[in-house]
Amino acid sequence: MSNFTKKQVADLVKGSLDWDTLHMMLSMPKDKERYANYMSVLQDQVSWDDKIIMAFGPHLFLAETSADKSLVTKCSCGHDFGDYRTNWKLNALVYVRDDEEKMSQVYPTLMAPDTSWQVYREYYCPSCGVMHDIEAPTPWYPVIHDFQPDIPALFDWLDLPVPVNA
Amino acid sequence: MTIQEKFNGDNTRPASLLKSGLTLNDHRNLILKRTEETGFYNGLEQLEFKENDPIGYERIFSKLRAGLVNSREVAKKIAASPIVEQEGELCFTLYNAAGDCIATSTGIIIHVGTMGAAIKYMIQNNWEANPGINPGDMFTNNDCQIGNVHPCDIATIVPVFHEGTLIGWVGGVTHVIDVGAVGPGSMSNGQVQRFGDGVQITCRKTGVNDTPLRDWLHESQRNVRTPKYWILDEKTRIAGCHMIRDLVEETVREEGLEAYEKFATEVIEDGRRGLVSRIKAMTIPGKIKTVAFVDVPYAHEDVAVPSPFAKVDTIMHAPCEITIKPDASWRLDFEGCSRWGWHTYNANPVAFTSGIWVMMTQSLVPTERINDGARYATEFRLPKGTWTNPDDRRTAHADAWHFLVSSWSSLWRGVSRTYFGRGYLEEVNAGNSNPCNWLQGGGINQEGEIHAVNSFETAACGTGACAVKDGLNHAAAIWNPEGDMGDIEIWELAEPLLYMGRTIKTNTGGYGKYRGGLGFETLRMVWGSADWTMFFMGNGYMNSDWGMMGGYPAATGYRFEAHNTGLLERIQEGKSLPLGKDRDPSECELEKHLSDDALVKRDKQCITTEAIFENGDLYLNYLRGGPGFGDPLERDIAGVENDLNQNFVLPEFAEKIYGVVISQDKDNTWCIDAQKTQARRAAIRKERIARGTPTRQWMETERQRILDKEASVQVQQMFASSFYLSASFLNEFKAFWDLPDSWELLEESLGTPMFGAKHHMDLSELPDVHPVIMTEQ
Repeated sequence: MSNFTKKQVADLVKGSLDWDTLHMMLSMPKDKERYANYMSVLQDQVSWDDKIIMAFGPHLFLAETSADKSLVTKCSCGHDFGDYRTNWKLNALVYVRDDEEKMSQVYPTLMAPDTSWQVYREYYCPSCGVMHDIEAPTPWYPVIHDFQPDIPALFDWLDLPVPVNA
Repeated sequence: MTIQEKFNGDNTRPASLLKSGLTLNDHRNLILKRTEETGFYNGLEQLEFKENDPIGYERIFSKLRAGLVNSREVAKKIAASPIVEQEGELCFTLYNAAGDCIATSTGIIIHVGTMGAAIKYMIQNNWEANPGINPGDMFTNNDCQIGNVHPCDIATIVPVFHEGTLIGWVGGVTHVIDVGAVGPGSMSNGQVQRFGDGVQITCRKTGVNDTPLRDWLHESQRNVRTPKYWILDEKTRIAGCHMIRDLVEETVREEGLEAYEKFATEVIEDGRRGLVSRIKAMTIPGKIKTVAFVDVPYAHEDVAVPSPFAKVDTIMHAPCEITIKPDASWRLDFEGCSRWGWHTYNANPVAFTSGIWVMMTQSLVPTERINDGARYATEFRLPKGTWTNPDDRRTAHADAWHFLVSSWSSLWRGVSRTYFGRGYLEEVNAGNSNPCNWLQGGGINQEGEIHAVNSFETAACGTGACAVKDGLNHAAAIWNPEGDMGDIEIWELAEPLLYMGRTIKTNTGGYGKYRGGLGFETLRMVWGSADWTMFFMGNGYMNSDWGMMGGYPAATGYRFEAHNTGLLERIQEGKSLPLGKDRDPSECELEKHLSDDALVKRDKQCITTEAIFENGDLYLNYLRGGPGFGDPLERDIAGVENDLNQNFVLPEFAEKIYGVVISQDKDNTWCIDAQKTQARRAAIRKERIARGTPTRQWMETERQRILDKEASVQVQQMFASSFYLSASFLNEFKAFWDLPDSWELLEESLGTPMFGAKHHMDLSELPDVHPVIMTEQ
């Protein structure tokens, strides 16, 4: 098993890691320490103090608040989407590309979906405008709650103390 | 642990083929029982051989694995079909006596499961009594209702004996060019039932004493359009199987029968543990929900099918809930899938459950040790009556890949969320690059022979974006680990179609911080044929990949074909020609080089059936790109600059999507103003906030549309079909949208034909047929 430094993990997150190291990461058994290094790198990127314990996206985190140890979904800008058990998309802004004109802003003629079959739902942070996700379902489709992690089981796997409110 | 249905077999008991004296069926049932009771394959709590003699264990594995790969490489040189010889669409697999896979070669490893299902079918249906299983026998199977993916995957299965005792099986499969379906080509359209889907062979004994039977050779060759390719494919499979059988015999001589048989069981438990260990090392326990769709636009006039009830627009729906459990096993539940249909995209459960390993070997289990162990660590639930577990024996499967690959795209996205969450960004893949289009057709070729084609250029469709880099452009295929686009010169030998050009397809990679891989396009001109037809097979009105964490889906498809082109005259006159680049479909570049009265079809109808193509006519084979990852406003500006200068993205969309401020210098090189771009990107973020609606507020308007039944018929048909099959999906839908208890959506209200919805007949209803069931349903 290989071990990687925090600097290498930071480069991975930035997308600037050299190919040889990246290839090693791909081909060698996974380093269990990655989680701690990754969380530390992500924590350095945000200006707030709540403790990041998982990444839902490049700018979307599961964090343990310093105030009351509750677990919330937070944007890198600090926007709080509420309890992590609730689908964060319900507390986001959504823009639905549901006609030809809106699709033409994204794709050339003939290369976009037909909106009587499929629409795009773009989910933005209400505070900073970063796009956290795009759904591409049929009209009527319920908003999808992509991922509901089992935090106690994960921390058991990682041999780490379970967050108190998990 | 996957639930297995056990069948106790019929009453005929021939002399046992096993040294235990058990019938094959009793032997298999015993393994299933021990596995179910203990959670370990065949009850193997300890891997005695591996632990006590690790060198001996690894020696056997290495010898067998190397032999499997070597046999594949050698045998494929026998084939003449570019699908096999160029694209590597073949695979050889070794099984133990119960039909569980021990080891496999490289190649289309989906067939680890499909050939295993055929062996299990023979075991469960007492093939040992009739037609008998003897040394030197060969069996052939391509029956989709046993577990084959589609009829064009022909499997040859050879039993392996040692001193009169059965010790295993070898299977070899090739993807043949044609199986004599209604539509020419290996994955054709046109037929809507099994009865037009080409020849289907049900584990038939086709050879004895290592020699193919003459009736089989005569019958099989005349049932297909391409007998030369067919017979060479058959020789490929037989040669590979016999090489591997020799290898097993040699291994038994060298290592002893006891060691070999211990290995042949322990290695499967070893494979099961390998998957569990990898899940624990890489993923996050919890529930992941995901979904995929495919458009089936059959109402269009260019889709000619024999049955009027098939002339409907429908949508394939594949929701999936992935549960990664605290014990690091996992469950994939496809509750809510839509019904099977009158088309060729239906799939058997084995095709589904075996197929996902083709993908997972590229991230979750990137090891040589692929065998049935991974299946024993996985629970699948594929509800009966859905497109991936039809409850009717009439279903067609010629292009099952169309639905399968599309549905798997969402699995990539789902599993990748867990890699990303833990920091293994290097493993993230936003999804498949959808492999469409499939150029197919047939008639009389340039040699004056009856012929059929399926361009496997699609096997280089590229990949989705990773979380640390762009997807691969026009290279590889996740659904075929050895994918390749093939040499133009070889395709031109095999098809009466000249290449006017083969080039990267602009604007096909899904936008993102890291963009999806770009697809490519080839423009083919019919040349030298006598009578020739072709058709299109791809996604057009929808795409099946989604993009991930802020990345966009790839572009969807469109169709371009041209007739009465005047190209043959233009060539003689030295005039300009269309050379393959259709950079921006709105500019109609290709038409600028055709005669004024050319008949051009340029539209979104990406599924058609046979249309007549004369010499000089054109067909654009456009392979879609892969989905993107992350907010495109975060894409490195040097990356966007490169995309512009390589013609990977149109300037208009670089500006709109990537928010770059661009200009061209004197030699037409695109440059990006970094400072202005930063300001523009900030402005776009503000524009997003201004145009966005709070999701809960938008849900109120969408809810009203549902109450008003305001959606296209195909969308409503998809929901109605899933609601009928799944009360839980209906209840979840109603709860999410807070619909009144009385709300309902019935297919009967839509005015479209519903053949098969209420009245159907399953394979299991045939006399003396006992299907092998390896998933919850």
